Amino acid sequence: MMNRKKIIEVSNVVTRFGKNLVHDGIDLHVNEGEIYGFLGPSGCGKTTLLREIIMLENFQSGSIELLGQKIEYIRMRAAQRLRMQWGVLFQSNALFTSLTVAENIALSLQEYTNLSQETINDIVAFKIDIVGLKQFDGTLYPSEISGGMKKKAALARALVMDPKILFLDEPTSGLDPISAREFDTLIVKLRDLLNLTVVMVSHDLTSINNTLDRMAVIDNKKVVAEGALDEIKKIKSPFIERFFNNEK
Amino acid sequence: MAAKVNVGLLVTLEGEVATFKIQGTPTIQRLSIIEKQLQASVQNVQAKSIVWDLSELESMDSALALLIAKDIQNAKNSDKEVVLSAMKSDVEKMLTMAQEHAHFDSSFIPEKEGFFHAVGVDSADRVTKFLDFLSFFGQLSVIFFGSFFHLRHIRWKEMTFEIYESGIKALPIVALTMFLIGIVVAYQSAAQLKLYGANIFIVDMLGISILRELAPMLAAIIVAGRSGSSYAAQIGVMKITEELDAMRTMGFDPYAFLVLPRMLALVIMMPILIFFADIAGIIGGMLIAKVELGLTTTIFMERFVEVVSVKHFWIGLLKGPFFAMLIATIGIYRGLQVKNDTQSIGFNTTKAVVESIFAVIICDAFFSIIFTNLGY
Repeated sequence: MMNRKKIIEVSNVVTRFGKNLVHDGIDLHVNEGEIYGFLGPSGCGKTTLLREIIMLENFQSGSIELLGQKIEYIRMRAAQRLRMQWGVLFQSNALFTSLTVAENIALSLQEYTNLSQETINDIVAFKIDIVGLKQFDGTLYPSEISGGMKKKAALARALVMDPKILFLDEPTSGLDPISAREFDTLIVKLRDLLNLTVVMVSHDLTSINNTLDRMAVIDNKKVVAEGALDEIKKIKSPFIERFFNNEK
Repeated sequence: MAAKVNVGLLVTLEGEVATFKIQGTPTIQRLSIIEKQLQASVQNVQAKSIVWDLSELESMDSALALLIAKDIQNAKNSDKEVVLSAMKSDVEKMLTMAQEHAHFDSSFIPEKEGFFHAVGVDSADRVTKFLDFLSFFGQLSVIFFGSFFHLRHIRWKEMTFEIYESGIKALPIVALTMFLIGIVVAYQSAAQLKLYGANIFIVDMLGISILRELAPMLAAIIVAGRSGSSYAAQIGVMKITEELDAMRTMGFDPYAFLVLPRMLALVIMMPILIFFADIAGIIGGMLIAKVELGLTTTIFMERFVEVVSVKHFWIGLLKGPFFAMLIATIGIYRGLQVKNDTQSIGFNTTKAVVESIFAVIICDAFFSIIFTNLGY
């Protein structure tokens, strides 16, 4: 196995929305190259935590370190550099509706590199292929393709700069079971191919079984368990028992 | 994270053999350097065989791998011999993947259609749009006139909300703008009237122009900007989020639930807005008459009652419901025209405002002609 390096480290994070305390000291870490999941009952702040890590949401105290960089007081330049090293797949895909799929994928390349249109096309074609879309789909607009294809297109957009970390917010929600399993396989395959570290929020038990190497269970504002699936299942917590016993 | 080693492509030529070697670890941001050097070398280096020396490369991202894969393919296509050096496993894995998944012939530019095709599509589009509008107008009329016979079908709660939202809340801005317009008009005419000593005629001028034209027009323009745009945007977003479809499947007619309350609210509120605009405009004019021309409020009012007949006031108010119908219809129609992308919200909102102001002005011109010919 490769040398496991901590790539994300969340320590003692406290989040409050007005009077509502969401996180009361969250501690967890993600190692390089693993597929990591945030689990927990709805409303426990999984997505909020993900949004804090990708600098879309502020937290009140504690610290988050990403690729060796603390993000609570980060300079604009450094933040921008971090943003180049991750890709984010939003729950609702968030494809730009006024651009075709290919243009959506090419956008970062157009903005951040001086590559020729030909090379950009080659890169886009490659990304369209590895996420399992057909080349023709690149010419379509997001409103013209199905939900599963939108997920794949958004994934291709997230992958276009060869990110080190891929963040997924409930990637299989809204997909039929077959597409969802395909997506699981795709994520594992991409992780192996592109040396990605994947962090995802998920509710989908099958997806959790199939893909996650390690996970954190967040309940009652804290991390109640962190580790691989069989370690998690041994821990006594009302949420874990309810969540995993339903599968039988 | 500045590059420790300069990124670049090293080309060495020994006889018929050209060796390419990547220096540094090029990230995708700096890849264009390699891309340019590679292009230059293809033109300048005439070698029969090419060696790609990737042995020192620690890692490679997919973009670089694609560049190399493409170069290898091109070389093979022009009957050159390509030799790959031994590579670190990550690099080799990436290169193999790039070769497997690459599509170098893909183009994502949609095919350009010819002129006649474009004209045809556009014409057909316009005809459909026109039919759409007729169908919309038909449905609207059925609901609108039907509502007079079935008063209990009117959504009173929504209507009162809209009355507050697009009527009452517009009062301050309509009154303030009209007050200022009263001041401007009075001020400009005061300078002219003073020359002839015709001070008192400012009352006639202000009375007729404000009551008959300026106040209804200004109220309509402000309502078009405030409510026309908000109807278009709101109904447009409801369409995108499938709220309209949800309403239909639950058996709620969107026309009765969304369209009618807004329309009735505007029809009711527009004359009231015009009424307040009248008052504010006249007060503005009165102020200037006092300051600039020395006409006291009493004299102003006496003259006002004497020369400005009440028909001007009624004509002004009468325009209100018509303007309101136009603004509401266009705003809502534009909202329903929104397609499933965010750009069309902006497009249709703009259209809603521009078209409704235009329609209001046309309608006003018709009223002018009609009333003048009728002798009012």
